[in-house]
Amino acid sequence: MLILDCPWCGTRDQSEFHCHGEAHIARPTDTEKMDDKAWGEYVFFRTNPKGIHYERWTHDHGCKRWFNAVRNTATDEFLAFYKPGEKAPAVGSDQ
Amino acid sequence: MSQKFRLPAGGRVNRSKLLNFSFDGQQLQGYEGDTLASALLANGVHLIGRSFKYHRPRGFMAAGPEEPNALMQLEKDPYTQPNTRATLQELYEDLEADSQNRWPSLKLDISAVNSLVARALPAGFYYKTFMAPAKMWMTYEKIIRKAAGLGVSPKAPDPDWYDHRHEYPDVLVVGGGPAGLAAALSAGRSGARVILVEQTQEFGGSLLSDNAEIEGAPAQQWIDATLAELQSMPEVQLLNRTTLTHYLDYNYLTAAQHLGDHMKPGTSKGPRQCLWKLRAKRVVLATGAYERPLVFADNDRPGVMMANAIRTFQHRYGVLPGRELVVFTNNDSAYSTAIDAAGTGASVTIVDCRKAAGDIAQSAASGVGIEIILNSAITGVKYSSGLKSVDVMSLNADGTGVQGQPRVINCDLVGSSGGWNPVLNLHSQSKGKLRWMEAEQTYAPGVTASINPSLSAGACNGAFDLADCLDEGFAAGAKAATEAGFEAIAGSVNAVTPTLGVGELRALWVVPCDHPLGQGKKKHFHEFQNDATAADLLLAQREGYVSVEHTKRYTTTGMANDQGKTSNINALGVVAQARGESIPQVGITTFRPPFEPLTFGAIVGQNCKDLFHMVRKTPMHSWAEEQGGVFEDVGDWKRTRYYPRAGEDMHAAVYRECAQVRQSVGMFDGSTLGKIDIQGPDAAWLLNMLYTNAWLKLAPGKCRYGLMLNEHGMVFDDGVTACIAENHYHMTTTTGGAARVLGWIEEWLQTEWPEKKVWCTSVSEQWAVIAINGPKAREVLASLTDIDLDAESFKFMDWRAGKVAGVDARVYRISFTGECAYEINVPARYGRHVWEQVHAAGQPHDIVPYGTETMHVLRAEKGFIIVGQDSDGTMTPHDLAMDWIVSKAKPDFLGKRSHARADITREGRKQLIGLLTDDPQVVLPEGTHIIAEVKPAPPMKMLGHVTSSYMSPNVDGGRSIAMAVLKDGFNRMGESVDLVLLDGTHVTAKVVDPVFVDKEGLRSRS
Repeated sequence: MLILDCPWCGTRDQSEFHCHGEAHIARPTDTEKMDDKAWGEYVFFRTNPKGIHYERWTHDHGCKRWFNAVRNTATDEFLAFYKPGEKAPAVGSDQ
Repeated sequence: MSQKFRLPAGGRVNRSKLLNFSFDGQQLQGYEGDTLASALLANGVHLIGRSFKYHRPRGFMAAGPEEPNALMQLEKDPYTQPNTRATLQELYEDLEADSQNRWPSLKLDISAVNSLVARALPAGFYYKTFMAPAKMWMTYEKIIRKAAGLGVSPKAPDPDWYDHRHEYPDVLVVGGGPAGLAAALSAGRSGARVILVEQTQEFGGSLLSDNAEIEGAPAQQWIDATLAELQSMPEVQLLNRTTLTHYLDYNYLTAAQHLGDHMKPGTSKGPRQCLWKLRAKRVVLATGAYERPLVFADNDRPGVMMANAIRTFQHRYGVLPGRELVVFTNNDSAYSTAIDAAGTGASVTIVDCRKAAGDIAQSAASGVGIEIILNSAITGVKYSSGLKSVDVMSLNADGTGVQGQPRVINCDLVGSSGGWNPVLNLHSQSKGKLRWMEAEQTYAPGVTASINPSLSAGACNGAFDLADCLDEGFAAGAKAATEAGFEAIAGSVNAVTPTLGVGELRALWVVPCDHPLGQGKKKHFHEFQNDATAADLLLAQREGYVSVEHTKRYTTTGMANDQGKTSNINALGVVAQARGESIPQVGITTFRPPFEPLTFGAIVGQNCKDLFHMVRKTPMHSWAEEQGGVFEDVGDWKRTRYYPRAGEDMHAAVYRECAQVRQSVGMFDGSTLGKIDIQGPDAAWLLNMLYTNAWLKLAPGKCRYGLMLNEHGMVFDDGVTACIAENHYHMTTTTGGAARVLGWIEEWLQTEWPEKKVWCTSVSEQWAVIAINGPKAREVLASLTDIDLDAESFKFMDWRAGKVAGVDARVYRISFTGECAYEINVPARYGRHVWEQVHAAGQPHDIVPYGTETMHVLRAEKGFIIVGQDSDGTMTPHDLAMDWIVSKAKPDFLGKRSHARADITREGRKQLIGLLTDDPQVVLPEGTHIIAEVKPAPPMKMLGHVTSSYMSPNVDGGRSIAMAVLKDGFNRMGESVDLVLLDGTHVTAKVVDPVFVDKEGLRSRS
């Protein structure tokens, strides 16, 4: 069971959180003008890297707020936690 | 026969406390401090079970958790427990144990005939033999399971209780041997919060198994002093009888504490076991090492043990389980066993497969008169109701074969040693890497995983010498405490007895005998619990199962409940030898949790029975209970399904309730509906994005129905939202979707639209909801409220605030039945009061309380969908014939763009329609498939399925109705379709509009 550092509450067990997959996918604004391929990319397609992954989490059994985390999917090591809207931090290269 | 193998003195048992116990009905005696294993061996009992596959007689091999054979059925129902490891089970008065996997008795086992046809049971035998035809597997499996049984499960519910504890130690030390005690001491002295777990009842580990001295005194004195000091430290917890089972991510570990397993079941008031959930800043693994058996011919005979196990039984329990001992070894360490046994007067011979032993070992053994036979091997074991003798032959030059004539040595006990394996299970579970130790021919812990900061110390780190163990323990404890933020100094001791190490080990992974491997009757076992032999490993190589992970699964090596503690390295060695490779080239399999089997009780703890799952009850729940209402689970909620009267079944009750609502009036508990209070200047904007229809102009006092889509354009929730005031809305959701919808809204507000000024609060449990439905609804409510109910001013889809039954209420004129209806919302604490007032006021109008089942029928009569029943995550509003609610004018809402995708607009999508069976009495089972053409047997082309189906009293004077999804359903109105039932019969039905009652919608507006 992982440990996360909620940027709103602090360090808690993974059982309080839920992961929501890849972060930094902005909802397109001018959706009517997008072609099907571009819209399909937004709705259906996500990266699945072995290594550094920027992902979204919620602190469901806590503040119920969203935040972002950077996790190495190969080692399960968290490299950063930050609030929505904050710039994605640069982290060390994939190990 | 009374403990004739108990030595006259020695051991940690309490000889003043005699304990009676039984094994297979035979009455025996042991002492307090014995394990079941040591007590049986004290009585000369070696034969304790039959092997898994061949039903060969088996005996004790080990003295600890690595024991593969000695699994026993303990006690009787309801306390009976299969697969109890006798080497860990403490003896108590009146313990009842039985052997497993034998029939009709242990000494005469009919399935042992498997041994006679052993050539028919090679590796992969079951896969090869029972592969076809596939449907026969269920039959084969039952027979195989019976023949290969490992004890029986209790049939009665478990009368014991279990608990959980959560702790956050700075330093967790696993293993209470010399290294673990030293580590705990160093860490404890720093003031760190330390937990030390030890699997057995006594701390001391290997020190209890030998006669070592520390600082000039028996080691027990050091153990006692260390424990006394640790016990004096307020931040240190010592947990004996506690097995570390899992090493999970971020130093999260679980340990099963056996609080009641050393007592006769039923005599303890406390929990039987407690599962500790430990989150440690640092972990010190001091789990010791297991001896490796030698893989020689018929090495599984009862009486053939591991050399150090014999030494443990001697020193810890005062039992020497034989009089004539042969020690067979490839290293020096087993000489200690031989020397100590000889000291009791036993006759001892050493068979050493090396050309020379270490000088110290050899001179010490010779000094006590032990014969040492070098460059030789045991090539056969004679067993007939007890171990009789072994055959010993000389090895040839390269150790690949034997030569000369066998020499027969009479014996009743064999101790074998093939070297030592550090206990890597927990390090491996922690995702640590391994390092190969060439001299010792084994693996030790390598680099640890970054997320699991831990240290290994002592024998589990490959330091087999006692002085090294203690040094590593002291150092690891200090380092762990320092890394956890404390100032720690490593402790130390002086003058420790030198340990007889392995010396120069000769790796003979398969000890040759007078027949080639796999030929003749002799078997070389490497995996005892799953009954796999070296010949099986070679067969797997020949058949192409080259990867060690494949070899493991094909031969089932290491897959028994002992987790391959004695078999894994030997298996790798046999494979490497066969391939002419080194063991690191072969690779290694992964150790998986749990380290020792864990009871379901410990996992469950107190989360069972009434505490198994949270239950949510509405404010009117108790009333429904008193009235004999029948409940159903909807999410966590208990909802009243129907209110049966005397003699009614569900069908009759629902039929009556349905008719009465449409004839007079009914009342319904809608409190479980999800409710979200939405406030803020951007609230209307938010609703406009969430729902498919227009929300910007909804005025206070008005309600509107909405469909919510995900970005795929699929319907995922629906409900009515009311405008309470400017910038203030009350949203309702489906009962099951309440949390999901709030989460969905929060996701958008927090991540995509954080600048919007709007706030959402769950108020599902704050409001009790009483729905009054039916032609008399207005009259019932009128007698209870000051609200003007005039149909012209308080219209359908309006809401009003006022008093109902003296309570501040919001009354929504909305309807899920198609009748004139009012949903009274009052603060939850007034729910039952208002409910009772409505019930009383309704008596003159023949009011009927109705449940969810009737609600389902009434809404189906109107063709109203239930999201998740009539839709399934692949349905668009168009598929549900709800185009009318999708705004064409709005520039954007969630899911809108997906409706322009080709797949959403194509022909052949499943669409929601109504079905009327040709036979009006047939109620189609929900889920029944609509098929294109009836054939005698599947497969048949499927066109759709029934989503809702009921008997309705209100359609055509009583008939069945159904809703279904059907390919191109909108174009098939009036057509006849076929449906196939589970029993193979088929039914015909007509495709119709799904609104069966009041198509014009006049009643709800009346």
